[in-house]
Amino acid sequence: MSKLELNVNGQKQTVEDVPADMPLLWVLRDRLGLTGTRFGCGMAQCGACTVHLDGSPVRSCSVPAIAAADSRITTIEGLAAADGTLHVVQQAWLEHDVAQCGYCQSGQIMIATALLARNPKPSDADIDAAMAGNICRCGTYVRIRKAIHSAATALRART
Amino acid sequence: MSRYHIQKFDRRQFLQISGLAGGGLLLGVSVIEVDTARAATSTLASSSLAPSAFLRISRDGIVIYATQPEIGQGVRTSIPMILAEELDVAWKDVEIRISGIDAKRYGVQTAGGSTATPRSWNPMRRAGAVARAMLVEAAARRWNVAATDCSTRDSEVIHAASDRRAHYRDLAEAAATLPVPDAETIRLKTRAEYRLLNTRVRTTDGRDLVTGRPTYASDVRIPGMLHAMYIKCPRIGGKVRSANLDEVRALPGVVDIFVLEGNGDLTELKPGVALIARDTWSALSARRALRVDWDESAAASDDWPSTLAKARELAQAGGDGASGNDLIAERGDIATAFASAKKTLQSTYSYAFLSHAQLEPQNCVARPLEGGGMELWPPSQTPQRAQMAVAKLLGVAEGNVTIHPQRLGGGFGRRLNNDVACEAAAIAARARAPIKLQWLREDDMTNDVVRAGGMMALQGALDASGRLSAWRNHQITFSPDGKRIVSGGTLRAEEDFAPLMPAVRITRSVLPWSSPCGFWRAPGASAFAFPLQSFLHEMSVAAGRDHLEFLLELLGEPRWLPPANAGALNTGRAAGVLRLAAEKSGWGKRLPKGRALGIAFYFSHTAHVAEVAEVSVDAARHITVHSVTVAVDVGPVINLNGAEAQCQGSVIDGLSAMAAQKLTYRGGVIDEKNFDRYPLRRIGKEPRIDIHFLQSDFPPSGLGEPVLPPIAPAICNAVFSACGQRIRSLPISEEGFSI
Repeated sequence: MSKLELNVNGQKQTVEDVPADMPLLWVLRDRLGLTGTRFGCGMAQCGACTVHLDGSPVRSCSVPAIAAADSRITTIEGLAAADGTLHVVQQAWLEHDVAQCGYCQSGQIMIATALLARNPKPSDADIDAAMAGNICRCGTYVRIRKAIHSAATALRART
Repeated sequence: MSRYHIQKFDRRQFLQISGLAGGGLLLGVSVIEVDTARAATSTLASSSLAPSAFLRISRDGIVIYATQPEIGQGVRTSIPMILAEELDVAWKDVEIRISGIDAKRYGVQTAGGSTATPRSWNPMRRAGAVARAMLVEAAARRWNVAATDCSTRDSEVIHAASDRRAHYRDLAEAAATLPVPDAETIRLKTRAEYRLLNTRVRTTDGRDLVTGRPTYASDVRIPGMLHAMYIKCPRIGGKVRSANLDEVRALPGVVDIFVLEGNGDLTELKPGVALIARDTWSALSARRALRVDWDESAAASDDWPSTLAKARELAQAGGDGASGNDLIAERGDIATAFASAKKTLQSTYSYAFLSHAQLEPQNCVARPLEGGGMELWPPSQTPQRAQMAVAKLLGVAEGNVTIHPQRLGGGFGRRLNNDVACEAAAIAARARAPIKLQWLREDDMTNDVVRAGGMMALQGALDASGRLSAWRNHQITFSPDGKRIVSGGTLRAEEDFAPLMPAVRITRSVLPWSSPCGFWRAPGASAFAFPLQSFLHEMSVAAGRDHLEFLLELLGEPRWLPPANAGALNTGRAAGVLRLAAEKSGWGKRLPKGRALGIAFYFSHTAHVAEVAEVSVDAARHITVHSVTVAVDVGPVINLNGAEAQCQGSVIDGLSAMAAQKLTYRGGVIDEKNFDRYPLRRIGKEPRIDIHFLQSDFPPSGLGEPVLPPIAPAICNAVFSACGQRIRSLPISEEGFSI
């Protein structure tokens, strides 16, 4: 058990009594009330729990919270600007009306934003490679792909 | 029918209230209650128009209540759109709120069997039209003109002759004092008059979904909430003999641990060990130290490999190879038809048991109330039944159980059952504390109400002219008690095109199976379409005929089967979607070697759907699906965005299931406990999906299910045409194929 200082969405958070093996997912959901990061499988198979550590996507169900103590943690709740302006990927998700049940979409969006941050013009193959770890039972992949391409276009137009 | 019940209720209520008030000025007090979570912030304005439970218009705005469970099928958006269309309101002016659970007020609130849309169609249209008529009347009186000279558009009443307009918000108070017109005789729009329906409207909760706001049952947090897990026997039906409860109780973060006996219903409360901790991880960690000695004397011992072998034996037994114990349908002189046939064929098809694998694992928050009641936040497709089940379990009146409806992280039929609500209620009641029960994925997959597998032994006869002259089907399905067929395991004669066959005999054999089975997206149809539509293709191939032409001949003249039933298979609508799918896919076009088209039709949930798949097959039996053309007749399309989403999703979901999904039971234990062993399709190589709606004035069908059944036979028929290999097992990985 230890006391952890975490940097989550730009804010310092102190969490008491964290077991050494407690995954970041459950610290976010149960201790910090950030429930937008979702539990799907608990074994890094589905991607519903994806967050960023220093901008890189990780499966928070399989990363001990302690291992994230020195990193900037970004969750789906921290993606939009402080004034509520949506990230271009979130905006594209709305424009293409991607979500059906929506449960996996936090994770899908977190992966997609990480992809676009390092690859502003992803090919279909790039998208396949980056997004392959995230499952959607509703089968929204057609729209996910379209939304990523259109977010990429919007990002490039901005710069 | 309950569909008029709501309006009658409200009309009566209106009359009572207006009678008491001596002039109808207080119609506003009959406004519906909002769900209890929002009640604190709502004011019951006396100046609002609420002629039905689905709508409230006041100076503050226009609210439409979404009453049906949202499981990803889009009904929080599409069903309010039906009302908005008749109301002639601008969609941007509408605020959608989630209603509470109340059968008297809202009628049935269920997401299942693709029924939410058809069930809501008339009540919502009438609710919109009634309110619109009252607003028009209020404006006409204000302007001293005839109501018939007024029109409506974009939330305004317009008197064109004098160029006057009034917004609904400003008319609501006056309209609320008027008599409510008769909902059953009010004029409704024709399809040509629609401005909102058949357009693209985005999902109501879209912004919440992309920003991660609390949305699902699993996101619910209430003060003092503890975290529970419920550990059940790996073999369903096993009971707790003993467990190291004291040892686990002493572990860090553990608050309580106890045994529950179960209520004898495996789809409500199974026996198990409830473990309560301060957070999910503490519960999960402590669970690893739990050792339970299970009494498995009455536990399930279902075994798929041996059952499949037994089923195959049954399918091949008997002189005609197709004689089950139960007769489902028989018509015509089948013996003569087979004896005089030019050609006969015989094939056996199998389909595996499937898991629902909805992405949000089962969970439920429950809070005990004073006096023995319970408040719950279940992810339920049947929240009214959750209320009944929990009330019965706790031995309290239904009024003492409050259900807060939640958006579901997938339904697919899994959450027609309310086992997780029963478990949460039992644990919270015993612990006398608010708890969140969380299932792990492993709990979810081993305690599912699974899609039953099965087998069909099919025989067909062709006459001298290459027409289908006789058809035998021997279905092998399951029963827990030898009497009741498992849910989703019953083949209805009309599903088998039986009414179209000149001579037909459908029989059934039943094998024992004790693990609970349930409804899985397009129950029955999701399994049966594959053997039935594949074998029809075997017959047309044997006859040397074009499969489209063969199917159209079988369908014959346009008619309802059974007759005069607008919810039945209509051969004209079936032919319509087959022709449309064929035309749009270029049916008959020349393709390179190894590449081919396949077509299949299926009728389910009152929807007529045909699909054409274009595939290539390589030497390693890998199938590439280049495109899928979907032609759908569900009557009128409501939200085009949502309708296309359901079609795209059903095609992908169907591909996912047919490729490699199966549950392997060995001695009552399921091998596939997580996504590592139970593959859901991932992104990559989605086929191009072209969707075409054949819109009509028939009442609308739901669209969450019926597009899924034709995909497997369409692809397998295409595979045969591409490479000459006939796939007769689902998943196709059983025969060495992959997609």
